[in-house]
Amino acid sequence: MGVEIRVEGLTKSFGRQMIWQDVSLSLPAGEISVLLGPSGTGKSVFLKTLVGLLKPDRGHIWIGDRDLPYLPEHQLYETRKLFGVLFQDGALFGSMNLFDNIAFPLREHTKKSESEVKRIVMEKMDLVGLIGAEHKLPGEISGGMKKRAGLARALVLDPEILLIDEPDSGLDPVRTAFLNQVFIDLNAQINATFLIVTHDINTARTIPDNIGLLYRRELAMFGPREMLLTSEEPVVRQFLNASRIGPIGMSEEKDISELEAEANMGLDAGKLPPVPPQPMPTDGRVRPGQHPPGAWCAAHGVTPPPGSFIDELGRNWVEEWPRYVATMSAGAPAGGPGHDGPDGQGRGRHAAQPGGAGY
Amino acid sequence: MSTPGIGADQREGTKKSGSPTFRKISDGATNVAIREPGRFFALVLDTFRAMFQRPFQWREFIQQSWFIVSVTVIPTMLVAIPFGGILSLQVGGLIRQLGAQSYTGATAVVAIVREASPLVTSLLVAGAAGSAMCADIGSRKIREEIDAMEVLGINPLHRLVVPRMLACAFVALFLNGLVSVVGLLGGYIFNVVLQDGTPGAYLASFNAMAQLPDLLQAEFKAFVFGITAGLVAAYKGLNAKGGPKGVGDAVNQTVVITFMLLFLENFVISALYFQFVPSKGM
Repeated sequence: MGVEIRVEGLTKSFGRQMIWQDVSLSLPAGEISVLLGPSGTGKSVFLKTLVGLLKPDRGHIWIGDRDLPYLPEHQLYETRKLFGVLFQDGALFGSMNLFDNIAFPLREHTKKSESEVKRIVMEKMDLVGLIGAEHKLPGEISGGMKKRAGLARALVLDPEILLIDEPDSGLDPVRTAFLNQVFIDLNAQINATFLIVTHDINTARTIPDNIGLLYRRELAMFGPREMLLTSEEPVVRQFLNASRIGPIGMSEEKDISELEAEANMGLDAGKLPPVPPQPMPTDGRVRPGQHPPGAWCAAHGVTPPPGSFIDELGRNWVEEWPRYVATMSAGAPAGGPGHDGPDGQGRGRHAAQPGGAGY
Repeated sequence: MSTPGIGADQREGTKKSGSPTFRKISDGATNVAIREPGRFFALVLDTFRAMFQRPFQWREFIQQSWFIVSVTVIPTMLVAIPFGGILSLQVGGLIRQLGAQSYTGATAVVAIVREASPLVTSLLVAGAAGSAMCADIGSRKIREEIDAMEVLGINPLHRLVVPRMLACAFVALFLNGLVSVVGLLGGYIFNVVLQDGTPGAYLASFNAMAQLPDLLQAEFKAFVFGITAGLVAAYKGLNAKGGPKGVGDAVNQTVVITFMLLFLENFVISALYFQFVPSKGM
């Protein structure tokens, strides 16, 4: 079961360079959140601060009743056992093969027998599709494999919080789609709190329950996915639509004259594209953290752009959702949006049985 | 921050006035004079505290000891042989002119056992072992392995630094012995074979001058050198940043800083040694 992370007034600088200030947000327990932002806005720094690798200048990070930046060392190490972190390039130990890398946390922190360790490691390797590569060294495998091995290592201790730094960097779109589906499935199985830092707009639009956007050394917005995807806020709109039109410029922000020129030319970021439906777990579970499609829009009187929540099969998930939940709770197999496209094939074998011990 | 030294330059932004150049210089001076030594000292304290954490990493200790031996033994011997020889040649020539050729053995004690062997050890420990250790830890740092280790709830000081530091000190003890033996052999052979000295006179003057504390202080020096080299390498490695070039810079700084520290320590220990242990008369 995931835990909530509450961040209050977090500020971080390196020397005179302010990275971000007064960031306050709450990552709801068991939900998937995505943190976006232009390059160099300190997304990775935020991730490292959350896990206590960097100390903030000010502010609090509450994990339960523990304020992470101010914990004594032994408690910090204890608290970190709640975390699984996937670093940008996997951060595998170069001197160990993949099996030993993934087994490392188990051997360090548990007294499991070697056969038990092997069983868990192989289970996680199967989950990320690395069976057969156990004896390879990190130097001998591709970036995508390193990332998947890093994910398997982050998962072996059944973390309650999973922090993922740019899962899509250096991965092809198909593998990114697979990995995104793995995140959805994992979230359904272990119900951990996820924070994914990414640049990939497709990931950000479809996967999370919540989205945050860092811009100009501040958290521009954080909230449910539908809130940001239907937001008229220029920065949010420009970023989530990957548009050149808006306040974000090539180096950092556009100056006033550039913005005026855009306005005079009648350029705007265009119509909001439809809100896509989230993929469903492949094993037919219902993620406890998932917000019902369209719920936020309905509650706040926002009309989503036309074509929202409709998947590739033409199903409208606002209408489909109650039916899906009822069917899934009854244990019948079904196809969510995640089953279409490349994700559908062969993933079922990785899935744990609903209701089984699994993770 | 669990490990001081890791991600060291994270200080709160302070607002200062003055020209940018002056600010840069004053920042640099503060950094060199106060911050860096302060962080290094913090790392030293934390490492000593981590030394008593259980379980001790025996496997890592043995692997590292073997690694250090493998990179230092041959170079150490190759440096020690000509060192002993050159000493015999230089001092032997001078002593012969004074007519005190039979005292060549005594100079060997003074020069090789007391001073040269700890110094040669320090050169090798800093140059070969320290640099390799810094490169290893530094490349782990930039590959985020150290961060990953911390996130997995494992203290890198306990896991990586303590066994390396102790391995360095442990091997330095033996290297010191090796340099003494090889250096003395080199000196003996040069003196007896090339300079027509008599074996008996060499050994007699050696025995007259040598005392056990000479060897002990040399061993003590070697131990301290090993600890220092290990700590500097770990500190610089853990603070490497900016990709492969950063690791290169860290290695370079490790070697320079370790040399300076070891020569300073050598001087201090020698000075103290002469205060506490009177020289043996002839």
